[in-house]
Amino acid sequence: MSSVTEKISAHSGEAGHWGKEVRSDVHVAFQAQASGGIEISLESRVASYYGAAIMDQAREVLDELGVKHARVAIHDEGALPFIIASRIEAAARRSGIALGKRSLPQQHPLPPPSQKDRLRRSRLYLPGSEPKYYINAFLHAPDAVILDLEDSVHPGEKDAARILVRNTLRAVDFGSCERMVRINQLPLGLEDLAEIVGESPDLILIPKVEEPEQIREADRMISDIKARTGIIRTIWIMPILESALGIENAFEVATASENVAALTIGLEDYTADLGVVKTTEGRETQYARSRIVNAARAAGVQAIDSVFSDVADMEALRQWAEASRALGFEGMGCIHPGQIRVVHKAFQPPAVEIEKARKVVAAFEDAQSRGLAVVSLGSKMIDPPVVQRALKLVERSRAMGVIS
Amino acid sequence: MSVSVSIKDRVELAHNQAGRAVPTMVNGKPQTPFLGVGRYQPRGRKAAPAITSNKDYPENGDKRVPDLETALHKCGLSDGMVISNHHHLRDGDKVALMMLEAAAKIGVKDLMWFPSASFPSQKSAIQLMENGIIHHIEGSMNGPLGDYCTQGKMRGVGVLRSHGGRYQAIQDGEVHIDIAVIAAPTADFFGNADGSHGKSACGSLGFALADSIYADRVIVVTDNLVPFPCVPWQIQGNNVDFVVEVESIGDPAKIVSGTTQITRSPDRLRIAELVAQFLRTTGIMKNGFSFQAGAGGIALAFVQYLKHMMKEDGVKARFVRGGSTKFLVELLDEGLTDYILDGQTFDLDGVKSMANDPRHVATSPFTSYNYHGKGNFASLVDAVVLGATEVDMNFNANVVTHSDGRLLHGIGGWQNCLFAGCTILALPSFRDRIPVIVDDVTTMTGPGEMIDVIVTERGIAINPLRTDLIDAVKGSKLPVRPIQDIKAEVERICGKPARPKLGDRPCAVVKWVDGTVLDTVWQVS
Repeated sequence: MSSVTEKISAHSGEAGHWGKEVRSDVHVAFQAQASGGIEISLESRVASYYGAAIMDQAREVLDELGVKHARVAIHDEGALPFIIASRIEAAARRSGIALGKRSLPQQHPLPPPSQKDRLRRSRLYLPGSEPKYYINAFLHAPDAVILDLEDSVHPGEKDAARILVRNTLRAVDFGSCERMVRINQLPLGLEDLAEIVGESPDLILIPKVEEPEQIREADRMISDIKARTGIIRTIWIMPILESALGIENAFEVATASENVAALTIGLEDYTADLGVVKTTEGRETQYARSRIVNAARAAGVQAIDSVFSDVADMEALRQWAEASRALGFEGMGCIHPGQIRVVHKAFQPPAVEIEKARKVVAAFEDAQSRGLAVVSLGSKMIDPPVVQRALKLVERSRAMGVIS
Repeated sequence: MSVSVSIKDRVELAHNQAGRAVPTMVNGKPQTPFLGVGRYQPRGRKAAPAITSNKDYPENGDKRVPDLETALHKCGLSDGMVISNHHHLRDGDKVALMMLEAAAKIGVKDLMWFPSASFPSQKSAIQLMENGIIHHIEGSMNGPLGDYCTQGKMRGVGVLRSHGGRYQAIQDGEVHIDIAVIAAPTADFFGNADGSHGKSACGSLGFALADSIYADRVIVVTDNLVPFPCVPWQIQGNNVDFVVEVESIGDPAKIVSGTTQITRSPDRLRIAELVAQFLRTTGIMKNGFSFQAGAGGIALAFVQYLKHMMKEDGVKARFVRGGSTKFLVELLDEGLTDYILDGQTFDLDGVKSMANDPRHVATSPFTSYNYHGKGNFASLVDAVVLGATEVDMNFNANVVTHSDGRLLHGIGGWQNCLFAGCTILALPSFRDRIPVIVDDVTTMTGPGEMIDVIVTERGIAINPLRTDLIDAVKGSKLPVRPIQDIKAEVERICGKPARPKLGDRPCAVVKWVDGTVLDTVWQVS
């Protein structure tokens, strides 16, 4: 029922989806005309409530895009305004007009800039062509949402997805979630950056990274756009290493830019590169994952694990995530909201660890207040690295809401 | 017998205590506008059918006749009569249409069809209204029939009653049934009938109880005739005139679902979990408590979350109220409740359990819902979880129309359940961009004073009247917010919807549980 959209001819184009099974999306068919003004036809399952509003919005968007003459057919399945704007813009561009122009939806206030070492236990994947998942994503309380332009988006839909993700970054309230975007492998990913960086995503994931130069290239482009659009806040980078070569270069990639905040791994591509079968236990990727943890630590960035793809098996997910934490990872991806709670619990330090760390912190604070250089707990002397680890663990546990 | 009045005639309206404009005459009968909850005082005596004598019935107990047409003939079917059905076979029912078509064949006109509810599969009743066989319908109209009604095409005014309200109307004589036709999954030739056995088993037959007692004539139609006695006899043969055996009374696949589905939407699961957490946090979930939840996706998920919490806390319920499903049956089987008191049965596990487990009890609108009795079960329930199409700033709620004014759902037991200790509406805050929390409900089906808590994916709103509940959740992690806040957030997301333009012709009325008129469903322009 839902039609995959593509360019029809030089002067017509369509974008979006409609049909009985489609929710919260809209399909726009666009035909540029030489004269005759704007002609809009609308079918909508919410016509009696929003018919007039959609017509008004369509005219506004076309006006902003500088379109003077066109026939526009809209099939709406209850799409929210930022989605409608995205689809109209995509259809217009596909018909070869309005190139280089944008129609930006109303700006939702930006959340505070994200910190380099903030909590990143979970990032919830949101496909860049499925807008229905966006508006309620934050309710499931992942540490981050990740708008995906790469594997979940059909190659013919990259242009429309970019516009949708840009509008989503601008208009959707993601609460206290970090707003991440996974762009495409470079050089295609550079086109993604051109569209989305202006909306201040908190972090960019770059897939299939093998060389530090790729990070530098993306970082330069991000800096250029930031300078041009007056963005001051840091936009962090999380390279995804997905090949044997990428893993070998982990440390160089992690240190390629001061904006790298974390390293992560893509297991599907990595196991394919090795020519081994990916298993639930993950023994075949043990080396690569340990290598990432070590390189990340050495570079002073976070190590973040891949995703667990069986959304029905929560017990296997728990085991995977607990093993992942034990290896030194600080979080992993989630492909379903139901995984978030399990992942958070697994990456939460066990109560005994927290208790021990609190005692160490108390001893440290006591030593500080008494002007002592040496921290001791009972009859044991505590080494400075142990104190540092304890301080971090207590602070993390507080951020996770495990302790007050 | 209904008097034929065209809705084109001038309608006199009164403003009732809820501030809604309602007609003072409906289908030729004077009406009492809603006076407020518990304000209307009924007088007089209950209705009663004529006295009959055994001399007029076969001594051997065999009341069988060859077919439904013969039975209707023998019952004296004539123009303008009121004929009724129950809806326990839901969308799989074949008997109602069988009855209406037999009436058409006999050639009568202007019948008032009085089902306990109608379903989309009965949409050919529209044709029977078009050609004059049916004058109008009084009863829940689901889907196409409701749509037909709000387009103003029905000759009379639709009257929407709750399950309890239907019992009350029959008992009080507001509606007199001339002939009741009762589909029975199992029956004997005497007319004893049971819903929990047979190839078309549906569980309880409670919706037909009032019809069997108060109708002048009662016909039982079955596709599973057993030798006398049919045990249990949910319907007593002593009230029955004729028994008709047919090949099939319904499509089993549509009578009950093989499996009822829990919602898979993460957002709706979140709503379900919040409802369960609310019951736990407020202490309503405690040993010996009781609850009722429907068969919707959110309600089923709620039962699963609650079950988990009951196990964690070592809590058992004394009884749960159905609409039963596999999920309630599991509570019974695992010893988490002592009884299921069941008004209707939604899936095969429910039907099997009722047939085999004496702790799974069939109930009727008389025991559960009738407001003109000496109490009912609904008000003994500690918490009930319901849905709605709209809820407004005063917690008034709508279950019958959509925001565009179209009549698409029946009231069911919804109104009756509002008398529970804690009434919770579990709703997404918007559907397909259409806000569910509105300024003013399109059709008031339940007054806000009866509705205690609204649980949405964006937070929980507690009725300011329920200071006890507000205190009970203080200091908890539950996302409790003013209803105005949730509404404002949803309008930021969706934009404010246009209000529907409704006509000024009443095409249906919503009765309150005491028979007074709570609101009007207007023709959609």
